[in-house]
Amino acid sequence: MDWQALALSLQLAVITAAIMLPLSVWAGRALAWRRFAGKAWVEALVALPLVLPPTVLGYYLLTVFAPSAAFGGLVERLSGVRLAFSFEGLVLASILFNLPFAIQPAQRAFEAIPKEVREAAWLCGMSEWRALCRVELPLAWPGVLTALVLTFAHTLGEFGVVLMIGGNIPGETKTIAIAIYDRVQAFDDRAAGVMSGLLLAISFVAIATVYWVDRLRRRHG
Amino acid sequence: MAEAGLRVELRQDAPIPLDVRFECGPGELLALVGPSGSGKTTILRAIAGLVRPRSGEVHCNGETWMGAAAFLPPQIRHVGLVFQNYALFPHMNASGNVEAALPVSLGRAARAAAARELLEFVHLGGLESRMPRELSGGQQQRVALARALARDPKVLLLDEPFSAVDQVTRRRLQRELAQMRQRLRIPIVLVTHDLEEAAALADRMVVLHRGATLQDGPPLEVLARPKNALVARLVDFRNLFHGEVVAHDAAGGTTRLRWEGHDLEATHRPEYAVGSRVCWGIQPAHCVLHRRDRPSRGERENPVAGVIGEYLPFGESASVTLWVDGRREVELRFSVPAHVGARNGLATGVEARVSLLRDAFHFMPYEPLERLPGPTGETAVDPDRVHG
Repeated sequence: MDWQALALSLQLAVITAAIMLPLSVWAGRALAWRRFAGKAWVEALVALPLVLPPTVLGYYLLTVFAPSAAFGGLVERLSGVRLAFSFEGLVLASILFNLPFAIQPAQRAFEAIPKEVREAAWLCGMSEWRALCRVELPLAWPGVLTALVLTFAHTLGEFGVVLMIGGNIPGETKTIAIAIYDRVQAFDDRAAGVMSGLLLAISFVAIATVYWVDRLRRRHG
Repeated sequence: MAEAGLRVELRQDAPIPLDVRFECGPGELLALVGPSGSGKTTILRAIAGLVRPRSGEVHCNGETWMGAAAFLPPQIRHVGLVFQNYALFPHMNASGNVEAALPVSLGRAARAAAARELLEFVHLGGLESRMPRELSGGQQQRVALARALARDPKVLLLDEPFSAVDQVTRRRLQRELAQMRQRLRIPIVLVTHDLEEAAALADRMVVLHRGATLQDGPPLEVLARPKNALVARLVDFRNLFHGEVVAHDAAGGTTRLRWEGHDLEATHRPEYAVGSRVCWGIQPAHCVLHRRDRPSRGERENPVAGVIGEYLPFGESASVTLWVDGRREVELRFSVPAHVGARNGLATGVEARVSLLRDAFHFMPYEPLERLPGPTGETAVDPDRVHG
């Protein structure tokens, strides 16, 4: 059992989920309610990681993150952070491959709020911010929670992208999914089995939570 | 003292054409009527600040809510709007819905007390902790009204507020609105496609068609004297025909009208020149049936004979369609009490005679009748509600 890899994966998942929370609310609302040119393209880009092979995403990220590339070089010069083969790079990649998991459930939840209910909130004198806190989030929270849970579970298990841009550096980029692959390569079936079982359990609990929240919402909705 | 009440003037070509202008004084109830897609809901939304038409002005009690350079957001307009589907906050109970519209500065206890008072005002005392889904349609409507009033609004807007409840509840809510009006000294704008409702509740009625104001006046006046044939159609004015003015008799106070081979006598209308074609109409109540059992004096007043094309008992009265001179294309509609119809042997296919009362002729400028729309509310899709 590679505790260090597990801790790293949990850390990556928590940080990604924390960043995705405000992003999913903001982008989910915007895509649900605003009308703007090119909205279909934006929605397609958000959904792209669902169908794109992780290695393809990883390949492009590696190309962009490299210190010799324009973006990677700029980030390194401005902040001193190297994106390729680093934890920071993993976080950025995580955000990208989690876009559909974080934004789509939130978008559906905000879409389900009738326009008149939001307008009624404004007519009650509530500012946009107050309407968000008092009316929109209390109605859309199951969708936002689903987004968080999916992001968390998905980050924990992501393999292809991490392998491409993170490599296999213990304590830096060696996540639990990589560690499982590593142990299988080393014929350490016992450790691979324990870690796989753990990921299976976490994934199941996460998905079960999503369905449970959905049932709860329907019962009280 | 700034001018009191609401003044609205809106113009735009798209997405929904608007060309309206009306005022509504404090304590006055103004009904906006018109067919689906005539822009009624859009006008309410513009008053509330939920949409911004291309150009126009909205003034309330001397404040400019919308002007060439100004546009106040809905939050600070102090408008009470009761949505057609109520739009209650589904996660808050009745009290919470009302409290949400009360100023935060009041404090929790004062808000709860004020909400209780408002819910009692709309006859919902004791139901403070019910969730919207646990309330009937009529009760939800009252919560929506209490919430609208909680803002201490400067104007109250009602968007077809009685359309989603059963008829008994509708009658009761309409009565309550009539009673409540006496205590509210603010302009109230009611959107409806129910002409009876407008006539019963409103002080003034604005008839809209394709976003334009066609006529503005007391409901009974508008219903009895539509300005033109289009308004007549929109307010469901029966018995609308073409005719030709053939003579004026200023001394006798009459104007003679040629209509489908008949020479009719109407009250003097010198503004329509001899020889000119006109639209004219007469309401069913002013077509008087000649009784078989005893002829009466009024029978010499514009007598018209025909065959009954349709005799339709409808509750306590019966609706009669008379094919004048047996011609199917010339239909005169009127109604009689069911017992009068029975006593006079009225039935489909039977001959009958009526008098058209001279004082009841209503003249309008000539226009082709065939292309006019039907009465209000006949379109299946309401384009008012497809924006968004």
